[in-house]
Amino acid sequence: MQHTEEEVRSALRQWLEQNWDPDSSLIEWRNKLVDSGWGVADWPSEWFGKDLPLALMPIVNEEFQRAHAIGVANKGAGRLAAMTLLEHGTPDQKSQFLRRILTGEDVWCQLFSEPGSGSDLAGANTRAVLQGDHWLVNGQKVWTTSAHHADYGFLLARTDMDIPKHQGLSFFLIDMRQPGVEVKPLRQMNGHASFNEVFLTDAIIPKEYLVLSEGDGWKIATTTLMYERRNADSTLRGKKAHGGEQRIYQEEAEEIRVANEPYTWYPQRAGRVDLVVQRAQETGRNTDPVVRQEIAKLICLNRCVEWTARRARTAQEQGRPPGPEGSLGKLASSVVARAANRVHTMIAGGDAMLTGEDSPMQGVIAEVLVSTPAISIAGGTDEIQKNIISERVLGMPKEPRTDVDVPFRDVKKNSF
Amino acid sequence: MYFSFTDEQEEFRSVLRRFLTEKSSPIEVRRLMETDEGYDKVVWQQLSKELGLTALAIPEEFGGSGFGVTELAIANEEMGRALLCAPYFSSAVLATTAILRAATKEQKTRWLPGLASGDSIATFAYAEQGGNWSDAEVATTAEPAADGYKVTGTKCFVTDGGVANQIIVVARKPGTVDSDGLMLLAVDAGAQGVACSQMPAMDPTRKLSTITFDAAQGELLGTDDAGAALAETLQVAAVCLAHEMAGGAERLLESAVDYAKLRFQFGRPIGSFQSLKHKLADMLMDVELTKSGAYYAAAAVDEGDPEAPVTAALIKAFASDVYMQTAVHTVQIHGGIGFTWENDTHLWFKRAKSSEVFLGTAASHREQMMRAMQV
Repeated sequence: MQHTEEEVRSALRQWLEQNWDPDSSLIEWRNKLVDSGWGVADWPSEWFGKDLPLALMPIVNEEFQRAHAIGVANKGAGRLAAMTLLEHGTPDQKSQFLRRILTGEDVWCQLFSEPGSGSDLAGANTRAVLQGDHWLVNGQKVWTTSAHHADYGFLLARTDMDIPKHQGLSFFLIDMRQPGVEVKPLRQMNGHASFNEVFLTDAIIPKEYLVLSEGDGWKIATTTLMYERRNADSTLRGKKAHGGEQRIYQEEAEEIRVANEPYTWYPQRAGRVDLVVQRAQETGRNTDPVVRQEIAKLICLNRCVEWTARRARTAQEQGRPPGPEGSLGKLASSVVARAANRVHTMIAGGDAMLTGEDSPMQGVIAEVLVSTPAISIAGGTDEIQKNIISERVLGMPKEPRTDVDVPFRDVKKNSF
Repeated sequence: MYFSFTDEQEEFRSVLRRFLTEKSSPIEVRRLMETDEGYDKVVWQQLSKELGLTALAIPEEFGGSGFGVTELAIANEEMGRALLCAPYFSSAVLATTAILRAATKEQKTRWLPGLASGDSIATFAYAEQGGNWSDAEVATTAEPAADGYKVTGTKCFVTDGGVANQIIVVARKPGTVDSDGLMLLAVDAGAQGVACSQMPAMDPTRKLSTITFDAAQGELLGTDDAGAALAETLQVAAVCLAHEMAGGAERLLESAVDYAKLRFQFGRPIGSFQSLKHKLADMLMDVELTKSGAYYAAAAVDEGDPEAPVTAALIKAFASDVYMQTAVHTVQIHGGIGFTWENDTHLWFKRAKSSEVFLGTAASHREQMMRAMQV
């Protein structure tokens, strides 16, 4: 087993020198990577990894970068599926799905949120009923990224209405390419359609696609969500193609283009603080003392948020116990985005009434103004974040609940 | 490097916290705030002689221990938490920094060992009647005389003026305006023509004086062009004050959290209501953002980051807004009891209020930041 930094570095460097071939196809290369264990070196050695401690992974990444070599497709919902299966899947499930996730041949999506259960994820209403050797699924999921080109999904569905809500959920893998699965794009208030609604009508799931046992759904979903939070920034979003001319780089560029399609407006969702000073100078609003104050307040806030993120990262890198600063990033980004929206509006003046190519910055500012409301909702609303921070970091007592110790059938639900 | 403390720095902080928990309890704060002097001489001796806090940022060659602004700032953060009543900020931060940045080597040799040992207490006189802490406001003049300078004018909001034996005065060459012609001068508190009277401070833990100089004898620090040294001094002061505010805000948050867990209404702890949970989460975020900014700003000054002027102004503005907001929320979370004299919240509330404007308002620091960013 290689353990020192230098051993890992030289072993990988040597392997890449012998094997990296930019003229091969993406899938061919990734299969080779998967076989070698270098694609996911921190994974267990019986499942395509090398048991490498996390602390040594930066070395692996450096060597890949140094060689301009492409890594496995271990991102987005596919990564969440993989991490969940690594922890909870059967050997059959692992051998059926992990490799094709890593090669990028299978695209995955996450089927958790429903129109009737957003913040209250454990209130999912989608039903799965066992019929002989398969489950029959009926219900609706929403906010599903990539559902329109996904091969598989992981699904949280209710298998028992007569026990408390958290206990009656199960976790399934579902083939998205079947007649019982209908995917429709969901148009947002900013005009984009980055997500989908997924309608499940007598959709079929083979028995072998249940993960762990019936009733374990909540426990497994919690694992998935933990990885989602931990890897919030490691989707393909923001990933840049290598830019090489060879075949493999072209294929990777196309993969990134497709994966990034839903996210073109995400920088605008975060408020585009980076544009504020430039916009103020271009419009001359930087001479207005009131606008100057508001810009300055935004800059103060934004910098302190960035420094807090760096402080949290430093603590993590040094292996220090995570302080409260690590739990605040999501909430802080909402506050920044809202403040940025106000400041961009002040700077734009009447132009804030316009949209499209002929509006400020070819519509980028208009997109900021109608996109920031998403950031305080997606991935856990500010209100839920505050509950979590308050209970887990500050130790505030939980609110009394009426929905946990009774059969799910008797819990009050949405009437619309 | 910017974002974590060394084990030594963490140890320093915990020693200091233990010391201050013992020496600066709310009972002690209440006792000292009622006195004219506003500090305990024995505690001052201990913090200077035993803990060496007054010597922190002074180089070893002048009797100090040669640490940087980062360590000085940690001390201020802990003192802000404990609301220590002592002339520390006036002497060890403001006056000491001014001397370090402006004085000649000979002057440093003469003055710094006394400040390092705590035997001498100095303060810094900048603001005047307008209370703006701005260069433009400086009307006090210094004119060359037989052996030094004659200083004439009135300084206001001078912290610990009543106990300082040396005053570092910002004055100007007659006929100059704004940041031109500014000088830093050391004046003995007992010199002829110096008269000090206490101002009625709303925050009784921060004593304020008006000091008039009537052709008082002053000794010029370094050269007669102190604009840059003054600006640097104010940057260090802004960063240290931001730490003091961060420490105070964190202490307020902790008291609000404790109270929200203990206080029962409607049959449950009030901290179980989302209206309070959310407020407390917001407070935590504000406090943590402030700490991050303050830590970064101290390191930026120590490392000579060219952006240090931006960062210093930024964090003074941000921290003062957060401290005040945290104090307002803490009173609110305590409800009626939070508005009583008996409850300790008002002690920090008043410190937050006075820190909000001390060294200049948040708005003026934001404007300063924008100029430093060339916007």
